[in-house]
Amino acid sequence: MGRFVFLTFDGLTRGAVYAAFALALVLIWRAARIVNFAQGAMAVATAYAGYSVATATGSYWLGFAVALVAGLVLGALVERVVMRFVDHSSPLNGVVVALGLVLIIQAVLGMIYGNAYRPAAAPFSREAFTVGGIALLSRFDLFVFASVAVVVALLVLLFTRTDVGLRMRAAAFAPDVSRLLGVNVGGMLTLGWTLAAAVGSLAGMLVLPTELGLNPNAMDIVFVSSFTAAVVGGLDSPVGAVVGGLIVGLLLSYVSGYLGATVAPMAVLVLLVVVLLGRPGGLFGRTAARAA
Amino acid sequence: MSALLEVEGLSAGYGGAAVLHEVDLKVEEGSIVAVLGANGAGKTTLLRTLSGLVRPTAGRIVYDGQDLRGTRVEQMVRRGIAHVPEGRGVVTELTVDENLRLGGLWRRDAKGPLQEVYDLFEPLARRKRQPGHQLSGGERQMLALGRALVGRPRLLLLDEPSLGLAPKVTAQIMALLRTLRDSTGLTVLLVEQNARSALSIADAGVVMTLGRLASIAADADLRHAYLGF
Repeated sequence: MGRFVFLTFDGLTRGAVYAAFALALVLIWRAARIVNFAQGAMAVATAYAGYSVATATGSYWLGFAVALVAGLVLGALVERVVMRFVDHSSPLNGVVVALGLVLIIQAVLGMIYGNAYRPAAAPFSREAFTVGGIALLSRFDLFVFASVAVVVALLVLLFTRTDVGLRMRAAAFAPDVSRLLGVNVGGMLTLGWTLAAAVGSLAGMLVLPTELGLNPNAMDIVFVSSFTAAVVGGLDSPVGAVVGGLIVGLLLSYVSGYLGATVAPMAVLVLLVVVLLGRPGGLFGRTAARAA
Repeated sequence: MSALLEVEGLSAGYGGAAVLHEVDLKVEEGSIVAVLGANGAGKTTLLRTLSGLVRPTAGRIVYDGQDLRGTRVEQMVRRGIAHVPEGRGVVTELTVDENLRLGGLWRRDAKGPLQEVYDLFEPLARRKRQPGHQLSGGERQMLALGRALVGRPRLLLLDEPSLGLAPKVTAQIMALLRTLRDSTGLTVLLVEQNARSALSIADAGVVMTLGRLASIAADADLRHAYLGF
């Protein structure tokens, strides 16, 4: 029982990070109909920037802020300089360009920082509180939950309560009609990428201290899990991304806890296959099937 | 009356295929002009070119004394031009209220116009929170029209408002257009296949065939030429 409780809390914490990362994927998918395969590499790049500043200044929080701002800037740059010019006639084009970006970003990071693992410090203790002999959550886990909850709440408010959010949704659903109503559709697209990349950077800063450390490929596995979470949730659905993230987090935690860590990646793939066979549009998706 | 919209020698198309051929058209301020014609005549392309969605290959579009070339689509609504596209363009994922608000987002204060539209279209007020995909065809047309009116346009470009609607609903919409013209001086360029209902309210009509405007006439002449009665 103690083990089950521990694994549940651990799974939910990891799931919260996957949820945030999946949310970033969904934001871009909704705005641009592109699955941003470069998101992991982009998040790592901004994490390097953040930890460089943290090391130089001695302030984790300054580095944390720099990572998020770097995410905003990188997101806008990638959209304005690269993705805007991708031909949308085939969904594969965006995927190929994004994969190209992954190679470029990881190569540049390797050239600047080297490929060895660098320590990624956590701002809070990772030692779990124990209740009745059962290890539950650490301070850092609570920080993870709080950060993701704040981001989700802010996004919900943005999309449901503000004019900008309404513009962003309209631009994504009906670009031509939105332009006729005076909405700057290109600007909304840039804003979507900007916000998504910042959310991705946040997820990176939350997950890297729990992994081996900072490395150009550090987010690759996280990306696979989060992509699965987004697809399980339905790619179009922010709620689905959060639920999918928690499901994947719990699944990974139970499987690696009871069956061994080597089986865990396979479990994610099995989940993906089962959901896609049963509900091709994902658990919260509106459409029956997707081309990409 | 002076011409609010003047089109001279307008040609446009998609890719290499020309659709409009040297179209000339004059729309007087405060009038309703009907553009009639069969499927594929180029009526929709004419409206899409006027609102900037399709780039003209030749010709001039003068609106309120100014050349519209180079004006971006997003700017049209600020110049007082509202385009209700074919198939009505209701964003079905958004609620009725969100669709209507969308029409006034560019204005500094859209509360007044929004309330006016709700007063004008009673059924919309009752369905504020419902998503667009739950509306009937007639309600969608009301919503698309209402959304354009929230922007208080001077010129309304209306693409086939009667498409798929019951005759009674079509008649209501036509009557509303006439009321708006008379009470607010709204200018309407109305593209229709339903010649009878369009001509019932139009001050002038033109017939489009294969991308050319075939004739311009007062409505009695046009009715005779086009409908034979």
